[in-house]
Order: sequence, then C-alpha cells, then structure tokens
Amino acid sequence: MSYPKGTIVRNSTATRLNHWITGICFVLLTLSGLAMFHPVFFWLSNLFGSGQWMRAVHPWLGVTLVVSFLGLFVQFWRDNLWNRDDTAWAKSLDKVLDNREEEVPPVGRFNAGQKVVFWGMALIIPVLFVTGILIWEVYFGHATAIETQRVALLIHSLAAIGAMLIWVAHVYAAIWVKGSMRAMLHGWVTPGWAFRHHRKWFQGLVASGSPGPTPDSTAKFRD
Amino acid sequence: MADLQSQDYIRRSASNLTPPSVRHHELEVAKLIDVSRCIGCKACQSACMEWNNLRPDMEEFQGAYENPHDLNPGTWTLMRFAEYEDEQGNLEWLIRKDGCMHCEDPGCLKACPAPGAIVQYANGIVDFISENCIGCGYCVKGCPFNIPRISAEDHKSYKCTLCSDRVGVGLEPACVKTCPTGAIMFGSKDDMKDWAGERIAELKERGFQNAGLYDPPEVGGTHVMYVLHHADKPSLYSGLPDKPHISALVGAWKGFLKPVALAGLAFAAIGAFVHSIVSGPNETTEADEAHARAEMEKAKRDGSAKS
Repeated sequence: MSYPKGTIVRNSTATRLNHWITGICFVLLTLSGLAMFHPVFFWLSNLFGSGQWMRAVHPWLGVTLVVSFLGLFVQFWRDNLWNRDDTAWAKSLDKVLDNREEEVPPVGRFNAGQKVVFWGMALIIPVLFVTGILIWEVYFGHATAIETQRVALLIHSLAAIGAMLIWVAHVYAAIWVKGSMRAMLHGWVTPGWAFRHHRKWFQGLVASGSPGPTPDSTAKFRD
Repeated sequence: MADLQSQDYIRRSASNLTPPSVRHHELEVAKLIDVSRCIGCKACQSACMEWNNLRPDMEEFQGAYENPHDLNPGTWTLMRFAEYEDEQGNLEWLIRKDGCMHCEDPGCLKACPAPGAIVQYANGIVDFISENCIGCGYCVKGCPFNIPRISAEDHKSYKCTLCSDRVGVGLEPACVKTCPTGAIMFGSKDDMKDWAGERIAELKERGFQNAGLYDPPEVGGTHVMYVLHHADKPSLYSGLPDKPHISALVGAWKGFLKPVALAGLAFAAIGAFVHSIVSGPNETTEADEAHARAEMEKAKRDGSAKS
C-alpha cells in the first residue's frame, strides 16, 4: 500500500485489515445478539437468513472476533498503557468535548478516551467469550449445570450491552474527529492531524524520522 | 404441528402485542397424576410415543428402572422411580410420571427470544411451535422443572404438548387414555382439583397425613398436577421441586435488563447525536498543518546541522 506524499502512516495495511475483520464481526454479533435479546429486534434475524441460521452463526462470529481482537491487542496494548499525560487529558475532557483541543494537554499515540475503549473491550471480550461458550447450546449445552448457564446468560447480556455502549462512543468519536475514519480506512493522516490530536506521538516520529509506527517502505513522511 | 389454534392464544413468546385471543370462552384444562395409584407400568410412555410418532434411540442399561435414563427430544414423558425409607423404616417406592407441567406462568415462554415459538392457549396448554424455534436453548434456562430438550439433529426444542392436537378436538391426552389404573386423569382444572380433594381425603384416612395436591402457586399453578402422599416433601419424588419458580436470574435478564439496556443504548446514541449538533466536528485546521510543517522543518534543519 502506498500513501500520499507528505502524510503520516497511522495504521498499517495489516492493522487495518485486522481492525475491520474485528469491526465487521462486532457489528454482525451486535445485530444477531440484539435480535436474540429483545423481541423488537428479532426482525434482524432475517439478515442472517433465519432465526436458526442466526443462532448457528452467532457463536462462530464470536470466535472469529476473539481471534481477530487478539491480533489488535498484540499490536496496540503497549501504546495503550496509561500515563500521566492521559490523566491530564482526562481532566480536560470538557475542553475536548468542546473542540478546544488547543487548550488540552498533548498526548501520545492514543488519548485517554481511546485507551478506555481499548481496555474496556479488552476486558469485556474475554468475558463474552467465556460466558458465550457456556451457553453455546450445540456444543456445550450439557457441559455445565443449567444454573451456571443462567448466570452466564445474564453476564453475557450485561457484558454485551457494555461493549455496545463502548462501541457507540468509538464510532461516534471516529465521525466526530475528522480524519480518523480515513486513518483506519486508508491508513494515513496529515501532519496537522497528528500535531492536533496526538502531538507527542507526532513529535516522537519527527525526532526519529520514522514515517509512522510501522515504517512502510513506500510511505513518504518528509518531502 | 402448526399452530392450528392460533385464535386462542393467551401468551405468545417474544411478542409485545396482544396475541389473537378472541376465543377465550374456554375452560382451563388440567391433567391430574395420582402418584398413589401409579404402578409404574410405563404404558403412558408408550402411548405418548405411539400417538406422537416418537421413537427415541435405544440406550444402554443404566442400572435403574428409568428407561430411557432421562427425558430427551423423543421422550416427552418419563416414569421416574425413587426408593424412600419413611420414619417407620418402611420402604416406599415413589413413582412419578415426569414431563412438562404446563405452568400458568411458563418460564420457557418468558425466556424464549423467537416470536411465537412458544405459546399458551386459553385452555392453559403451553405448546412449542417448532417452525418458529431457533434452537437457542433459552427455554431450558427458563424452565423451573428442567423439561425442554434440544434435538441435536434439527436444533428444535421438544417437550410434552399435553396432546394439544387431541385436546383441540375433544379427546383426552394419549397417556390419560391408556393408563390402566386411572392414575392419570384429564378434565377441567376445577374438576381435577375437586377429584384430587376426594382422593387426598382418602389417603389421609389411610394414614398419609401429608397427602396433598401439587399445584405450585410460585408458577401461578400448573395444568399438570400431582396427588402426592408426601405433599410436604415433593423433592422425594425424584427431585420434583419443592418450590418451583422462574430463576431470579432469568427474571432480571428478561424483566429488568431488557428495557434498561435499550434505554441505555438509545441514550448513548442520542447523546452522541446531540453532541454533534451542539459542538460540531473536530477538524484539523490550517494552523495545525502550519505548526506541524514548522516542527518538521525545524527537525530537518537540526538534523542537517548535526551531520
């Protein structure tokens, strides 16, 4: 993948593919999960062919998501460790929400909001996986006591709602902060974008002369 | 069978609207199983298989009278045998015909996510409409009696229909028809309660002081009732629940969480939309680009100065 001249690589091709496999699985899981959670959404089962197909495919999507998310976790966890900049950023959340980002303390590759999304998902997805296995009727319907499955079902629903709330925040942030969607679709951002939203990351790249977190031979950082 | 009686539903799974219920002038029915008259012949099991065309797979002998060893998708009723030593040291052989209890407040129906996969008719019968079943197994979690079984072949849930097809045309269930001792009876729920009352009085005369009717109020009563000689301890009868109730976990999941979760998601989405209207997008400005360019050029100059 080549990137336009004078831009910064934010997400490599592999990262982006990995992200969107996870994202598509998440959306399909949300649609099928909501259909099985509340009758007003049951019509969504038609998107999967039928209720039976939806019931059959939902756990496999979940397994795919877990594997895919593991890939994201390996790539992102280090840059998502909490530091003092994040606390300072979080304290200025009112300015962030008000788009006065010039007055917000600079942060590295990810800000506190993104880190909450990351760790929130990193916490909830394993919970969904384990409880999901317990209620996977076809293979594990007889593996545990019915009472265990009742607990698992309630936790699975609660965790799923938590994940969906995080997802709403994640998607809205991508719409709100212009240039973010392109960063995940096509991989690159402008230097001004990096300067505005992730100044310490930008300055680190400038100092090292690197075209991005995963140097790509065709990428052009400096002209 | 398809839902031939679709005009007299009083409950329909995963449906927020009032089900078709115009044919409500209907007596509530009940099956009364008099445990004290049962001889354990399993004729009811055979009749059930015969009427419903069920032929479950042959199993290995498990060292007990139960055959098969548990309910399964092709065994909707099962004789269960328990040996009980009473206070006087007498052995009592407590035999119970297990199967769906047709609860007035059915946990399976409450838990079911598929619209119309589980229905309750005005006569009280709880029926699985298999073409709507998605095989998720939620009914298993909802049931206080551990009755529904999911087929591994067609991924549908099965249980006793109380012969809704027979009852619908004025016949008694197959097990009732075949019982040689009159231990299984069928009629209006009121009549069955009256009949049970007479029988319980007889049992008390014979020394069973705790004889009584099993019609648990925790699930609103059932449309399959037992006459028990030890009604104070139903669990003696192969684990018949003393106080059957829909699990509080299922109640929280299907009662509290559903509206709260939807409200939470709607609130988040509306909140995001309102933020977009109020604050607008966060856009990179020309000033940001200029700052960035300046920093990059400075780094370049410093770099070339060093070399």
